[in-house]
Amino acid sequence: MIRIANGQGFWGDSLEAPVDLVRRGPIDYLTLDYLAEITMSILQKQRARDTKTGYARDFVDLIARVLPDLKDRRIRVIANAGGVNPKGCCEAVLDVARRLNIPVTVAVVAGDDILPRLDQLIERGIDLKNMESCEPLTSIRAQVQSANVYLGAFPIAEALRRGADIVITGRVTDTGLALAPMIHEFGWKEADWDRLAAGTIAGHTVECGAQCTGGNCQVDWETIPDLADVGYPIIEAEPDGTFTIAKHEGTGGRVTVESVKEQLLYEMGDPREYITPDCIADFTTIQLDQAGPDRVRFRGIRGRPATEFYKVSIAYAAGFKALGSMVYAWPNAYKKARAAEQILRQRLDRLGLRFDAVRAEFLGANACHGIASAEPPPEIAPQLAEVVLRFGVRGQDRAAVERFTREIAPLALNGPPVVSGLGLGRPRVEEIVAYWPALIPKSEVQAEVTMWQSEN
Amino acid sequence: MAKRKLIELAHARSGDKGDTANIGLIARKSEYYPILVREVTADRVKEHFAGVCQGEVERFELPNLGALNFLLHNSLDGGGTFALKADPQGKTYSTALLRMEIEVD
Repeated sequence: MIRIANGQGFWGDSLEAPVDLVRRGPIDYLTLDYLAEITMSILQKQRARDTKTGYARDFVDLIARVLPDLKDRRIRVIANAGGVNPKGCCEAVLDVARRLNIPVTVAVVAGDDILPRLDQLIERGIDLKNMESCEPLTSIRAQVQSANVYLGAFPIAEALRRGADIVITGRVTDTGLALAPMIHEFGWKEADWDRLAAGTIAGHTVECGAQCTGGNCQVDWETIPDLADVGYPIIEAEPDGTFTIAKHEGTGGRVTVESVKEQLLYEMGDPREYITPDCIADFTTIQLDQAGPDRVRFRGIRGRPATEFYKVSIAYAAGFKALGSMVYAWPNAYKKARAAEQILRQRLDRLGLRFDAVRAEFLGANACHGIASAEPPPEIAPQLAEVVLRFGVRGQDRAAVERFTREIAPLALNGPPVVSGLGLGRPRVEEIVAYWPALIPKSEVQAEVTMWQSEN
Repeated sequence: MAKRKLIELAHARSGDKGDTANIGLIARKSEYYPILVREVTADRVKEHFAGVCQGEVERFELPNLGALNFLLHNSLDGGGTFALKADPQGKTYSTALLRMEIEVD
């Protein structure tokens, strides 16, 4: 049995969770997910300004904190912290190791970045059409900011085989981070579809960190103990593909069949066809049981052969948006916020400003559930203590969006009473970086694994 | 037959894939699952999210987990970074669905 823990559900997740996983109980592998879809384009922009950046700096700071513990406890680390500059991230980690005088072997898994090859690929007839709209990439080619293939678990497993203490990757699937150590330790092969599917489902279960150990859990949420010290998930994996989800003893949170089921369904498409570069996992084959307190066992998982394609994540500039808000107080806060909305719309019309989208929401009244909950009931609406008018515009013309941002604050003096919430200042114009999902034949992509030592 | 709110029979989690929201609906007891299958159809979910869901609703069954998964296409104002919504990732659609009233034997 090996223990694989996930200490980061996204870049910005708890800084303490990975440290606790390392220090407060036994684990063999620590995985860390830093890359949301939008992250790559942010990192690409950073790297354009400074070629030494473009990776998750938080990861380097984490390694500086825990490297002695990792060595003492023989824990290996797998992180997609490399972003668009995995070699730069590797250099920074090696510097940390030299400074602490702790020898380490770091592997870099790259080959995911196809931005420099985009035109050549398009010329050869690989049109990278949008998986949702079916439009060819040429329609937005000039706006593209980053393009990365989601690599799978096997290049990471190769890095482990070659002796890496720390594996730093660019874009790989979240599930591949956890599946890789199982492939490496248990000798799973590329056609072991059932076991690869099991490892993939294990990875899916832990990829959002505490969201399977009691965080954001609806069932009996008020009785979930000590969320302040919530334990992050640990996979106890067996060579036959069965596994148990657990957490360190003495930590808060709760691991139950219910908490795990909620995470299994998170961001789910067709449950019979969960497609990764490594296999197709069938979520309708999972059998769960409560194997003890804070322990849920998985068995029965079946999988099918992987497809011939990798998924590509392409980020592109898609116009501008701005959002402003005003707080209206009792009495009739909702009615006043509605009136302010109408006034704002009329003023934008008079200015002749045109947008692709204009949207008003009323926080405190009905924003989250929108029309599913309809207008607030007439007996309640006048009594609401406050309602926030949240007003946004989106368009291609930066100047028009900029002009909109000057129309929020005046409402405080020249609109309905009684209003607050100007402390945050004028809304900022944001560039929209949109996401273009596409497929690429696997034969067009070569993962690269390179090994680096802190000592010569 | 009596009317019950779905939140008494089920829990849920929702998320996004581009402009598509997904809602996983899970029976609180295994005997509730056939009721969910019978009552919470794709058509009813589409109707419940009128004005929010601009596209098709697909439904998938996971009897092994006592759960249904719904895909609500074109439901997030363009999704992700496009959206002007307070909830651009549909994270609160889970409990929006649990407001539904269904017939229970």
